[in-house]
Amino acid sequence: MNKNIQLDKARKQKNGGLADKEDFAKVRLEINGRPIIRAIFPATSLLEFIREELGLTGTKKGCDLGDCGLCTVLLDGKPVLSCLMLALDAEDHQITTIEGLTNGGELHPIQEAMLKHGAVQCGYCSPAMVLNGVHLLDTHKNPDQMAIKEAISGTLCRCTGYTKIEKAFLAVTHQKGAKV
Amino acid sequence: MSLQDSKRYQTIGKPIPMLGARDKLTGTARFTDDIRLSRPLFVKILRSPYPSAHLKSIDISKAKKSKGVKAVITGKDIPNSFGVLPISKDECAMATGKVRYVGEPIAAVAAESLRDAVAALRLIKVKYEVLKPVLNIAQGLKKTKNPIHPELKREDNIHKSAHQSFGDPDKGFDGAKVVIERDFSFLSLSHGFTEPHSVQVEIKDDDELTVYSATQVPHYVHLALSEVLEIPLHKIRVIKPYLGGGFGGKSDPFPHEMIAARLALMTRRNIRLTLEREEVFFTHHGRHETQVKMKLGLDPGKGITALDGKMLIDGGAYGSFGIVTSYYNGVLLQGPYKIANFRFDCDRIYTNKPVCGAMRGHGGVNPRFASESLLDMACHELKIDPCEFRLEHFLEKNSLTANQFRITSVSIKKGLEKAMTKSGWKKKHRQLPYGKGIGVACGFFISGSALPIHWNKIPQSTARLTLDESGLAVIYSGASDIGQGSDTVLAQMVAEVLGLPMGMIKVVSADTALCPTDMGSYSSRVTFMAGNAARNASIQMRRTLVKAACQLLKIDEPPYPDPGKPMSFFRQGQRKPDFKKGFLGANPDYEDGFSFSEKKIISPANEELDYLEVVKKAMEENGTLQAKGCYLSPKMGGTHKGAGAGLSPSYSFTAFITEVDVNPLTGKVKVEKVTCAHDCGVPLNPLAVEGQLEGSIHMGLGQVLMEGLRYEHGVQQNASFLEYKIPSPFEQPEIEIILPDSDEQEGPFGAKEVGEGALAPFNPSVANAIFDAVAVRLFDLPITPDKVLDAIHKNNQKKD
Ligand code: FES
Ligand code: FES
Repeated sequence: MNKNIQLDKARKQKNGGLADKEDFAKVRLEINGRPIIRAIFPATSLLEFIREELGLTGTKKGCDLGDCGLCTVLLDGKPVLSCLMLALDAEDHQITTIEGLTNGGELHPIQEAMLKHGAVQCGYCSPAMVLNGVHLLDTHKNPDQMAIKEAISGTLCRCTGYTKIEKAFLAVTHQKGAKV
Repeated sequence: MSLQDSKRYQTIGKPIPMLGARDKLTGTARFTDDIRLSRPLFVKILRSPYPSAHLKSIDISKAKKSKGVKAVITGKDIPNSFGVLPISKDECAMATGKVRYVGEPIAAVAAESLRDAVAALRLIKVKYEVLKPVLNIAQGLKKTKNPIHPELKREDNIHKSAHQSFGDPDKGFDGAKVVIERDFSFLSLSHGFTEPHSVQVEIKDDDELTVYSATQVPHYVHLALSEVLEIPLHKIRVIKPYLGGGFGGKSDPFPHEMIAARLALMTRRNIRLTLEREEVFFTHHGRHETQVKMKLGLDPGKGITALDGKMLIDGGAYGSFGIVTSYYNGVLLQGPYKIANFRFDCDRIYTNKPVCGAMRGHGGVNPRFASESLLDMACHELKIDPCEFRLEHFLEKNSLTANQFRITSVSIKKGLEKAMTKSGWKKKHRQLPYGKGIGVACGFFISGSALPIHWNKIPQSTARLTLDESGLAVIYSGASDIGQGSDTVLAQMVAEVLGLPMGMIKVVSADTALCPTDMGSYSSRVTFMAGNAARNASIQMRRTLVKAACQLLKIDEPPYPDPGKPMSFFRQGQRKPDFKKGFLGANPDYEDGFSFSEKKIISPANEELDYLEVVKKAMEENGTLQAKGCYLSPKMGGTHKGAGAGLSPSYSFTAFITEVDVNPLTGKVKVEKVTCAHDCGVPLNPLAVEGQLEGSIHMGLGQVLMEGLRYEHGVQQNASFLEYKIPSPFEQPEIEIILPDSDEQEGPFGAKEVGEGALAPFNPSVANAIFDAVAVRLFDLPITPDKVLDAIHKNNQKKD
């Protein structure tokens, strides 16, 4: 795959891993349902690609090290830490960021519930929390509190103590249960 | 009128989702680093690898020539020092002559890309002459010829010594049934907010700077930038975009703000500077590492007969809020109980470590742990119920403490009683099986400082309100919404007084060019002070509308009630509340016989007018309507040294009953259930109140069980979220919140503090519960499993 060749080139770069002009690599991804082709530094993380190249600033950076989970996006529906992934490695995958969730339409039930239950304080963790919730609902018929805790435990929140986030998630899953 | 019945309100007391929550949930809310200025230069800061060293030379010549670099600056480019307190401006944006902690800025590069900036940083050559650092409190107390701050002209590294003494503590101890003295220690903490510090600067043609910064205090940043860079205030505009948590860690002017502004002026380009997480830990201004020696005397009948605390706090390399912290370590022990004989000494020590400053519960947290632990021990020794004892000895409403804090409303007794019932205290305390325990602790906290940092008579908060034919009410306030919901509470004030839905209120806040001056968001002042200002502005506006309504109805204007009487010293310092003057400390009626509700204005005779129609009438010959409200604390307090510290127009009170499970085989403590009673006056927005309490518990839980910054040779060992662990959803306990009926006459719609006060008493409630569970006392935070296990072993050996 040409992706690997490009990566090799990046590794060969001595300058402290910093790439030169010649090292642009072409990347083709699908983000929020939109195909995107760009020439980037091979070392560009998916997070940097999303925030800086595409200007989708809903995805947050908290550490760039894989510690905080604030940069969570969905890769083929699964939450991943976009700071730990190269944009090149996301090629041929479908990526959903918070902007792609509603596309300007109505709020997702998870968002509705977080709004109503006061699960948003500073909101810096909210985009990641929402995506965690979306994945939880997609994969669990009737998640219990433990499953909810697990679903959000990869993303830090310093404001809420998670209490109201859990509450909001629980409310949605109950609704969901009721509908079934 | 009774404010307690919040049912009669339309907006106040309702669980209203936070303004902006929708934007935060959809990712459209722009935080500082999300702003996209045109062609910004990216900035990286070179930081000191040594805790203490002379800067022999800094060679930036190579870096300057590096690809993409537009400017490289060092300490001499920003020589003026600054600090949040006018009395300790001891920090420069970048070190000059000497570095004082690992992570201190030395130079900064502005380049076309972040990669270029990083590459250039590596080309800066610094020659250091490494000095012997002062790494802890003990070293800082020693005599030295080379103090960290020679300008203080001392022969040690003590930055500030705060003392106060009231009554006769020694006599108080003599008259006690039991006297207990213990040593306690506490590690330094970081706030752990999720959004790193960040600043962007936009420069316009005529060198006007717009500084977007993740700050709790735009006003102070504004002042500091002007002074440090020597440019007039009117050339600088500071805006706080959405902010990802502060907790005190964004409540100072910071070096990176000065650096970004200087680079913008030098390069005439926009600047973008966001700290990496590791840099956030260096920059943090977190909780001081603290040592406490405390002595408490108790008599079941008389209460706490004396309390004496000696605190040593490690301030790190610079002042920050440290002088205030030193006093808060003492004065915040003056409640929630009556303590006639009281003494404290607190020394703040400069060390060669990152600077400490304000963190949620500022200065009051660690001594509270000590005093509440001692209280529990004393009650245990005398075999009295620690809850019952507390119930007997809480401060009374409308009273003065020994250090002359003016205590207005107090509803903590009711709160604790309810917490006892709800938690089943009586059936559990000292009766649970080994390994299970229940503990109590209480505290109190200020609702903003009555004494402003800058000594002047400018109101601490001013709010402006405009209204035009669209019906949209725009409230302008300098208060900074840092995620706690301050914008929401201001909008609620307007909505309530004018009878409008929240959707018809717009808040323009934290923008020094557009908004009236406000001290910012720290010391739990916003709801109380900015809230009062917004409420008063709304009342002025309401009067304008009532006048117009009367003209439409061809009736006389109603007589307005006296806004309040200059009551005893509790109210106003004999100052008569006055709407016109703007300084209005009390919370007077605004009754005019009209009712404003759902965009209708209804006269006393029940004639209904459309809100928009009235607005139009009022605008005739007037244009857009404007109103202004202010808040200036009444005069209060004693005349002793430091009398202003901790002085507040009102205090919140908190009681915790906490249940834990301690595994005696592993030493692991799990906090299972927390019953929290918090007297915040009238809860203006229960959703926000609960959120603040749950967040305080989370943060307390971190401090009491797991968090702490570790240093080796002055180097932080856990400057990342991987190593500095904050509690996860699995640790967060079940929480029951009790908001006892309460009413603070001087708070807006009866409200007072909720953001910080609950943190401090939570910590000792856990420790007291651990004692109830496994009969061991822990005096050093965090209470990690190894310490618990150790203590249990020692206990067992004693028994054998
Ligand atoms: S930014 Fe922290 S995990 Fe990616
Ligand atoms: S709401 Fe602030 S970090 Fe979660």
